[in-house]
Amino acid sequence: MESSEPGSSVVEVRDLRYSIGGRVIFDGLNLSVRGGEITAVMGPSGTGKTTLLRLLMGAIRPDSGTVTLFGEQPSRLGRVGLYALRQRVGMLFQNGALMSDLSVFENVAFPLRAHTRLPEPLLRRLVLMKLQAVGLRGAAELDTSALSGGMARRVALARAIVMDPELLVYDEPFVGLDPISLGVILRLIQTLNSTLGITSIVVTHDVEEISRIAHRSYLLANGRAAAAGSPAELRATAAPVVRQFMSGLPDGPVPFHVPAPDYREQLLGSP
Amino acid sequence: MARSLGPVGDILGKSGRVALFFIRVLGQCLPSLGQPRLVIAQIYNAGARSLIIIMLCGLFVGMVLGLQGYDLLQRFGSESALGVAAALGLVRELGPVITALLFAGRAGTSLTSEIGLMRATDQLTAMEMMAVDPVRRVVAPRFLGGLIAVPLLTAIFDVIGIFGAQLIGVGLLGVESGSFWSQMQSAVDMRDINEGLVKSLVFGVACSLMAVYEGYFAEPTAEGVGLATTRTVVTSAVLTLLFDYLLTAAFLNS
Amino acid sequence: MSNTSRSLEIGTGLFVLLGFAALAFLTTQLPASGVQMHHATDSFQVTARFDNVGDLKVGAPVTIAGVRIGRVTGVVFDPADYKALVTMAIERRYNQIPDDSDAAIQTSGLLGAKYVGLGPGGSGTYLANGTQIQFTQSALVLENLVNKFFAGVAGGKKDDDAKKDDNAKKDDNAKK
Repeated sequence: MESSEPGSSVVEVRDLRYSIGGRVIFDGLNLSVRGGEITAVMGPSGTGKTTLLRLLMGAIRPDSGTVTLFGEQPSRLGRVGLYALRQRVGMLFQNGALMSDLSVFENVAFPLRAHTRLPEPLLRRLVLMKLQAVGLRGAAELDTSALSGGMARRVALARAIVMDPELLVYDEPFVGLDPISLGVILRLIQTLNSTLGITSIVVTHDVEEISRIAHRSYLLANGRAAAAGSPAELRATAAPVVRQFMSGLPDGPVPFHVPAPDYREQLLGSP
Repeated sequence: MARSLGPVGDILGKSGRVALFFIRVLGQCLPSLGQPRLVIAQIYNAGARSLIIIMLCGLFVGMVLGLQGYDLLQRFGSESALGVAAALGLVRELGPVITALLFAGRAGTSLTSEIGLMRATDQLTAMEMMAVDPVRRVVAPRFLGGLIAVPLLTAIFDVIGIFGAQLIGVGLLGVESGSFWSQMQSAVDMRDINEGLVKSLVFGVACSLMAVYEGYFAEPTAEGVGLATTRTVVTSAVLTLLFDYLLTAAFLNS
Repeated sequence: MSNTSRSLEIGTGLFVLLGFAALAFLTTQLPASGVQMHHATDSFQVTARFDNVGDLKVGAPVTIAGVRIGRVTGVVFDPADYKALVTMAIERRYNQIPDDSDAAIQTSGLLGAKYVGLGPGGSGTYLANGTQIQFTQSALVLENLVNKFFAGVAGGKKDDDAKKDDNAKKDDNAKK
C-alpha cells in the first residue's frame, strides 16, 4: 500500500486558466496539495470546484497553465496513461454514484473485478474488510435502492479505497446529510488520512465541518485562490471575500442583490 | 461556421457524432464479449422481454393481412394465393419494419432511459474515474443485445403473422389449406428471406445505436432523460423507414 | 444473485431458441429451394422440351391427375433447338408413370402460377431417371391467344373472300 511521501507535492496547479462558453472559470489559479495532508477546497457555488476536479483527473484540458498529478500532466496523457493514473486515485462523488444494478458488495468489488484477477475468496475478504472500515459490513448483500443517502456515500467510500489509492478526492461529501451521517463521514475522512496517510482533497462549502479536520484550506473566488493556509489562518484573515465566506455573511464582495435597475424608478415609474 | 448552416448543420453535426460514436461502440463490441454475462443479460432485456408485444402484434398483423389479402385477391378469383400475399408481405416488409418500430418503442426507450439515468447520477463518470471504459461496460453489451434480438424477433413476428393469416384465411374465410401453403412455398424463395434478414439486421443496428447514443449523450437531468427517450423513438422510426426504402429499392433492382 | 441470473440465462436461452426456430421455419418451410433439398435424395429426374414455358418457375409443382408428384428443378434455354429444357424431380414412389405420357404447362386459377401437369399415356414402360417426355404442350400465353383470335376473325373474312373468288372462277370455268 503506497502513500505519498509526507510533504511531497501530490498535486500542483500553476497559473491555471480555463473558460467555457464564454465564462471564465479559472483566471490564474495556483494551488498545491501536499502528501499525507487533508486539503480543503472551498468556495461559493459556481466557482468551479468540481471543474477543478475534472481538470485534475484529465477529463477536461486547461486553456493554459499546468495541472500536475503525481508529477504527470493528465492533459498530456493518452487514454492508456490516463487510465493508469486514475487507478492511483479514489474518488467519492457527490451522490455516491453507485451502480444501480449491483448489490453493495458488487459495487465495492467493481474496481477489483475490472482491474485485477484476484481469486474469489481473496476478493471477498478485501471487500468485506473495506466495508468493515466504513461500518457497513452487515449491509453487504443489500441492493443500492435500500440504502439511505449517508449509507450510499459510505459504500462509495469503501469502493474508493478498495484499490488502496494514493490520493482520495471527495466531491462535496457532506451535502444533504443529517448530523449523524455527516459526523460519520467526517470521522472516516480523518481516520483514513491519519492511520493510512492517504493524501485527501475535500471539495466542499461546509466551512465549519471541514475546518475541523483539514490541514490546509484554499478558498476559491473569482477564478483564483482568494486565500490559502491553515483553517485557523483563514479564520483570522481580514480579507472581505474570506470574511464573508467563513462567517456566512449575506452581503459583501458576493452581493446580496442581483444587478437590477433603479428601485424607485421601477416601483414608481411609468406603468 | 457550423452554426450558420442552421438546421442542415444540426443534422450533419448529429450524423457525424452518431457515426463517430458508432465506430467507438463497434470497437468495444469484441472486448465486451469477454464478459458474456453482461451481453446475455442484455439479450434478455432487449429480446425476451419484447416477446409478448412482438407475438401479439405479429398475430394481429397477420390476421389483418389475411382479411385484406383475401378481400383483394378474391376479386380476381385468386384467393388461393393468400399464403403468397401474407408470406411475402410479412417476410419482405411488414415483419422487419413493424418489429423495428415496436423494438424502438419498447426496448429502445428502456435502453435510453437506463443509460441516461446512469449519466444523470454520475455512474458513467464514476466508471471513467475508476479507469473503466463505460462504452465497453455499459454501452456495447446493450448495443449487442439489441443487434442480436431484432432479427430473432423479426423471424418470430413473421412466423406468428403467417399463422395468423392462415387462421383467418383458412380457418375463417375458407381458403384451401393445401393451396395456401403450396403456393406460398413456390412463390417465396431465399431472396425474399434474405431481403427480410438483411433489413432486420440493418434496422437492428440503427435502432440499437440510436437508443444507446441518446442515452449516453442525454442531458444529465430528469427532463433531459425524458427528451432523449422521445428522440430515440423518433430517430429510430425515421432511420428504419429510410433504410427500408433504400434496401427495398436495392433488392428490387438487383 | 445466482437464482435470478439462472432464470435470466434460461429465459434468454429460450428466447434465442425460439428466434432460431422461427428463422429455421422461414428458411426451410417457405422457399422452394428448401423443399427441393428434401426431395433431392428420394426422387428421380426427367426432362421435357417446350416451345414456350410461360413464366414457369423453378420449384413449381409437377402433377398428375391433379396430385402433386414432384417439382420443377431447372428451366434452361437450349440454343440447339430453340426450345426450353425443363428438368423435373419426381418422387421415387411414383415410378409407374408411362413413358408416353404428355406434359402440359398449366395455370392454377385464372392468374395463378404455372405448373407442369402430366397426362398419362398407355405405354408398358415407365418414366425413370433420365428419360425425356416426348409429348409436350406449351403454356398458353394470353397475348398470343388474343392475337390468334383477332387473326382468326380477319382470316375468316379472307377465307370467305377467297372462297368467293374460287367460286367465281369455277363459275367462269364452267361457263367456258
